[in-house]
Amino acid sequence: MDELRSDPSDCKDVLSGCIVRIAEAQDEAAFEMLFRHFAPRLKSYFTKRGSDPAMAEEITQEAMVSVWKNAAQFDPERASAATWIFTIARNLSVDRFRRMRRPSFDPNDPAFIPDDEEPPDRLLERAEAEQKVRDVMNTLSPNEKNVLMLSFYEDRSHGEIAQRLGLPVGTVKSRIRLAFGKLRAALGGDSGAGR
Amino acid sequence: MSVQFHVSDDLLLSYAAGTLDEASSLLVATHLALCPHCRARNAAADAVGGQLLEALPAADLSDGLMPSVMAQLRRPTAAPPPVPVRPTSDIVIPEPLRSYLGGDLASLRWKRVAPRVQQIVIDIPGCRPQARMLRFQCGTQVPAHSHAGRELTLVLSGSLCDRDAVLQRGDVAETDEQTEHQPHAGPGEDCICLAVTDAPLRFKGVLARLMQPLLRI
Repeated sequence: MDELRSDPSDCKDVLSGCIVRIAEAQDEAAFEMLFRHFAPRLKSYFTKRGSDPAMAEEITQEAMVSVWKNAAQFDPERASAATWIFTIARNLSVDRFRRMRRPSFDPNDPAFIPDDEEPPDRLLERAEAEQKVRDVMNTLSPNEKNVLMLSFYEDRSHGEIAQRLGLPVGTVKSRIRLAFGKLRAALGGDSGAGR
Repeated sequence: MSVQFHVSDDLLLSYAAGTLDEASSLLVATHLALCPHCRARNAAADAVGGQLLEALPAADLSDGLMPSVMAQLRRPTAAPPPVPVRPTSDIVIPEPLRSYLGGDLASLRWKRVAPRVQQIVIDIPGCRPQARMLRFQCGTQVPAHSHAGRELTLVLSGSLCDRDAVLQRGDVAETDEQTEHQPHAGPGEDCICLAVTDAPLRFKGVLARLMQPLLRI
């Protein structure tokens, strides 16, 4: 993948393309490329979620097989390869480490409220959303990034993060809110806002 | 009418991270089924997870891992399970909540817990926060109470007046230990909602305290 590192956006397209080729043609070379890029990161992820190295490899294996089997569900218009693979890994880690179901909505359910018909410029925005999230992640302060990382990848509650960083829970919450607010602004959506 | 009151950022982030408890996740996921706006926010939260995955250091893998995975890909796989037949009539309760309850509104077996108040406790093994369906007859006042922890409420039918807001289908109220409130069901039809509490509510007033064991909330 070295030749791809110089331009991350190309790299992203290449990786998305790999998933599409698996879906369309069971392309093993495309899978191998995905594996080389993501499997080592998935192992890191599962380790951060509290797994020992052997277990982390076992679940990495399971995650990558799931990428192969479910490639047809990947929609490059809606998510990057990294985001889609993250959701697979996250669901596996919830199942394995927390031993619970992770309830999710069902777009085919009759009670589901579908998205509004979006004008073409909104669709374009959606396609660019990932890039915007990436840009904003780069503008977060180290403090904000740190809080996000602890919250996402080390399964720490707000209380635990606060204790670890020696901060009041309110500060941790407001940092998360601030970081997320920047991300939301990047998506061009207002919040209408939680209470 | 579209949803006015949404899930908070930290709730959505915990849901995306996979660190939120199952009962609260159930409420978030059911809200997402009703709220396109929050689904866009949820996609952004997932993208944060994707970006952080890209940023993680690459761990060393055992030499045998890739060949072992490649061998698994070549194994024939079972046919995918058939798509379940979906009900097409008017459904009030969206997935994933409907599956947790075992059916839609008309099939639910409510238990009376107080005058004009009925509930169904949703049993989620191993989950400390408690999820329950609550049904208030229109106009019913919930006893004034505060919280030892977080309380999440998702309105599914009817309306709930809480402080100066009127919550309707799809709307979420999130209160914490600082909140003391006395919501009441709006006029017209019964208010049906999903409530998730971290810790038992603390009702104010002698009568309310006497009622608390009866309410079991």
